Amino acid sequence: MSGLSGEPPDMTGQTPEVSEPTPESKVPSVAARLALWQRSGGVITPILTALIAFLIGGLVVFATTGKNPLNTYKAIFKGTGLSWLSPVSIHWHLFYPAGIHWTGWDTTSPTALNLQQTLIVVTPLILTGLAVAFAFRCGLFNIGGNGQYTVGALVAVQFGVWFAGLPGPLHVIVAMVAATLAGAVWGGIAGFLKAATGAHEVITTIMLNWIALWVGSYLVGFNGPLQDPRAISAPVTRPIADSAHLHVFWGNPLLQGLHVGFFIAIAMLFVYWILLNRTTLGYEVRAVGFNAEAARYGGISVGRNFFLAMAISGAFAGLAGSIDILGWEFNLDLTVVQTVQVGFIGIAVALLGRNSAIGIFFSALLFGALLTGTSTRNLDPSVFQPELAGNLTRIIQGLVVLFVGADLLIIYLWQARKKLRLPQRKAAEQP
Amino acid sequence: MSVRVQPLQRGAWTRASAPSTIGMIGIGLGLVTLFLALPPVKVRTAPLPVAIGILAVAAGIWAFTRGEHRLGGGAVVSGVAGIGIALIVLQANAARLEGVFVWSALIAATLRYATPLTFAAIGGMFSERSGVVNIGLEGMMLMGAYFGAYGADVTGSWVGGLFIGLVSGALLALVHAIFTITLRADQIVTGTAINFLALGVTGYLYNQHYGNNGTPENLPAVPDVNLKFLSHIPPQGLGNFLYNSIGQLNLMVWLSLLLLPVSYVALFKTPIGLRIRSVGEHPKAADTVGIPVYRTRYAAVTLSGALAALGGVFLSIGFVNSFTENMTAGRGFIALAALIFGGWRPFGAFAAALLFGFSSALAARLPDLSASDTAAWPLLFQTLPYVLTLIAVAGVIGRSIPPAAIGRPYVKQ
Repeated sequence: MSGLSGEPPDMTGQTPEVSEPTPESKVPSVAARLALWQRSGGVITPILTALIAFLIGGLVVFATTGKNPLNTYKAIFKGTGLSWLSPVSIHWHLFYPAGIHWTGWDTTSPTALNLQQTLIVVTPLILTGLAVAFAFRCGLFNIGGNGQYTVGALVAVQFGVWFAGLPGPLHVIVAMVAATLAGAVWGGIAGFLKAATGAHEVITTIMLNWIALWVGSYLVGFNGPLQDPRAISAPVTRPIADSAHLHVFWGNPLLQGLHVGFFIAIAMLFVYWILLNRTTLGYEVRAVGFNAEAARYGGISVGRNFFLAMAISGAFAGLAGSIDILGWEFNLDLTVVQTVQVGFIGIAVALLGRNSAIGIFFSALLFGALLTGTSTRNLDPSVFQPELAGNLTRIIQGLVVLFVGADLLIIYLWQARKKLRLPQRKAAEQP
Repeated sequence: MSVRVQPLQRGAWTRASAPSTIGMIGIGLGLVTLFLALPPVKVRTAPLPVAIGILAVAAGIWAFTRGEHRLGGGAVVSGVAGIGIALIVLQANAARLEGVFVWSALIAATLRYATPLTFAAIGGMFSERSGVVNIGLEGMMLMGAYFGAYGADVTGSWVGGLFIGLVSGALLALVHAIFTITLRADQIVTGTAINFLALGVTGYLYNQHYGNNGTPENLPAVPDVNLKFLSHIPPQGLGNFLYNSIGQLNLMVWLSLLLLPVSYVALFKTPIGLRIRSVGEHPKAADTVGIPVYRTRYAAVTLSGALAALGGVFLSIGFVNSFTENMTAGRGFIALAALIFGGWRPFGAFAAALLFGFSSALAARLPDLSASDTAAWPLLFQTLPYVLTLIAVAGVIGRSIPPAAIGRPYVKQ
């Protein structure tokens, strides 16, 4: 539908408008340089964006609770376990290190456990980030990641319960493929509607999210067809068969160790890159995303690509749902169905990662760490209330999406920086 | 004269058997199916409604294959829906059916569910007519819902809640305006960010102020308007019906109805409305004749936030009298669909809001049809408003024409 946006939103990471000299920018070279940065997958904008978002988030913390935001962020960071990656721990005294201790890589330390948690959360975020990014490259805004994830999780759990006799790897593959296909169908509906009737994908995917939520609630909830008959008092499905569990390669399988789904997500980053940049399909998808009318004129079926892009996006999100089920949840809980957030966070992941595979990995790491660090289990409630911190994550996520779209703001800041520096340089030049 | 020749050449039969006519008849037959199955007619056998429903589907297919895709599709959908609902209704016993389909109560519930949608859709209309897509309606409603409840709690009066809620929505809309108009960010991405922000901010503040206890029980509520005189209207049945359907509605329901003519006049009969529309159709031309494009858009977007927030205020202190996290539950998007469905016009949007409101009212009451309290399937009725929105958006787009400059930032030269 052309009603919401006349042209497909240009969020492909290649914003040609920026390179045009804007009336505000009297120094076009700055904008041009910035555009070059962005085109070469520049990291300045995303990093600035994240910094601004965290800065404002810190202001919110300070203004509402009067607590030192740095301590809050430090506590959150502690819960992420990311410090495990560094073999030394540094105790800072104001601005200089007061002591450096060799900690090494103890794989059983609490920090290691936290890192496993973080990476378990990062795994679906990579995939839902890809689900948003792939649609973006076709000029579509997929905010239906939640619904596609839910559908994938529902199918995965049922396939995990069925076929209990299958050998392990085969069972996992069957469940994953089924979930991926289910996600593809759920995403494909929005793509089909866009192609056939022009219905805007933002509205249709949101509606599909809610439909998935209520159908899932019916299936999983009390007396629903998928509810575990042995657990009458709990709205939860039967646990999947042991043969459908993903292999845990780091940590204790009984304590939610890190499963091989993480590598599947990493592999999907490569699949995404190859699909987009090395296949005819990817070429067509990018052509449609860049300029749908020109693509149509060039003989590319725009509708077909809309459908395929949404279906592939949905497939990524459906896969994410299956990996969570087969990797660590092992059954599906009603509250999980009703409070899924990964699809929405995937939007922030994709936007902050500028829709590039490597960018998505790092921004998924950022948001996964933020989620783990603010969880009830990992955040010290005496430092900051986890309920508040969870919402702080949402605020930061909103700010990231807000600022990532505003290239002009970054250019303003860039110019302001230059203006600040210019007089100094002049003063220095004069003897 | 020559203009009049054409209709005369086409006979009455040709016109009556035109695919479009058959398609419309099909839609009508689908509605007849529904009418027959529900009280007060209540046909208690399957064959009659099913036969008429099949006729509707057949007419739809006939029209569809002859090029009338939308009308034909509509007839098929209405026929299938008619048969489906008739069969569901047949499962329930007659007494329960009477209990669910109390038309006066359904009308009241429809108006109540339509009110937040109306406020948000009218708000969205001002924003979109000025050329700015407002996906953030959902978030602005949520802000209104929280700050309406919070304001009512703090000031101790619903007027205070209404005012604070309205301002909060306007402020969030101002953020949307700054980013989309001045900074020329993508309007859909910014709107999504607005929704996230509202979700985070309201959830954060709600947890900080109310925590696990929830909003207080004695939250000052927007009063109902009691029109007792309606029940004295001569035939006792009619009087009671009127009183039960529109006699005890909330003040904000009436406000939303009042908003319709006001916004219609403002948008289509005043210079301000003309400015808003011209800025949304052709900003360059508007700029040339001296209309401040940026200022007009800022005003329109801010107004849209204030109106959407009113819808949220109604939800929290007019409807359920409490606030819960993410309580808008996609209503902002449904309002957006209503706006598009209604062709960016106040009364069209209201008609669509009524349709969605009716489906929500049905979704809330239909579970009572089930004989057991523990059956899971009534949950599926919750999908009704969303499915309907999906069908509406898919079925109608392309026929309604959006403002020409919608979604495009304007660069002043």
